[in-house]
Amino acid sequence: MSLFNVLDISGSGMHAQTVRLNTIASNMANVDSVSSNKEDTYRSKQPVFQTILEGNMNEPAMGVRVKEIVENQAPLKMEYSPNHPMANEEGYIFRPNVDVTEEMANMLSASRSYETNIEVMNTSKQLLLRTIQLGK
Amino acid sequence: MADSIFGIHERALQVRTLRGEVLASNLANADTPNYKARDVDFRQALSAEQDKFSKDTLPMTNTSGKHMSGESLMNTQDFLKYRMPTQPSLDGNTVEAHIEKAQFMENAMQHQATLEFIDSKIQGIRGALKGE
Repeated sequence: MSLFNVLDISGSGMHAQTVRLNTIASNMANVDSVSSNKEDTYRSKQPVFQTILEGNMNEPAMGVRVKEIVENQAPLKMEYSPNHPMANEEGYIFRPNVDVTEEMANMLSASRSYETNIEVMNTSKQLLLRTIQLGK
Repeated sequence: MADSIFGIHERALQVRTLRGEVLASNLANADTPNYKARDVDFRQALSAEQDKFSKDTLPMTNTSGKHMSGESLMNTQDFLKYRMPTQPSLDGNTVEAHIEKAQFMENAMQHQATLEFIDSKIQGIRGALKGE
């Protein structure tokens, strides 16, 4: 039970949000990675967050970690363009199921959450410094 | 001795620290599915802390160095309450960032105030010792 725990907790939150930003960047970068079959096409990746319990439910405060990164199973975008170099025998290409609008909104949410954790860290740092300065 | 100098502020500071931790945890888990936001019931937590140090409780006598002290450890579960969400989300998360942020700010201010009280106590005693 000390304010130093807050730094760990906010740090874990910042790390989780960084992973989220990373996957968003990967999704955005691959938005036009077309391929000629379903299996090889890029699918949008989403992190799943989980609370760090460490087997102790009595712990008052817990951080967060990325449990896994799942691939979006939404259908891929099939497009008929026989002149495309990646087109298959039937003349189709497959585009990733990345929704750019959704990713942009997700990015804003991630960066806001990251900022919140920074603010919590800053406030706790100030309080810690004040405590160290006590009686001076 | 130190107990009588700082009075309730020492305990209040501990509870404020705990509350800061719980609120930081809520904010860190703002996007975790099924996470339930929690908060400290300040009155209950403070009285639990008070009881722990209170002179009224009968301590167990230690007649051997191997005896454990009789005081009970603070059970955080008693005064940690789950927050009622005003707008529950579909993923089962009950953290509302704006409310948590406001509460965190309030707690930080009160923490600051408690530190101020303790600081002025120290300054007072310093003054008395130096005879200024």
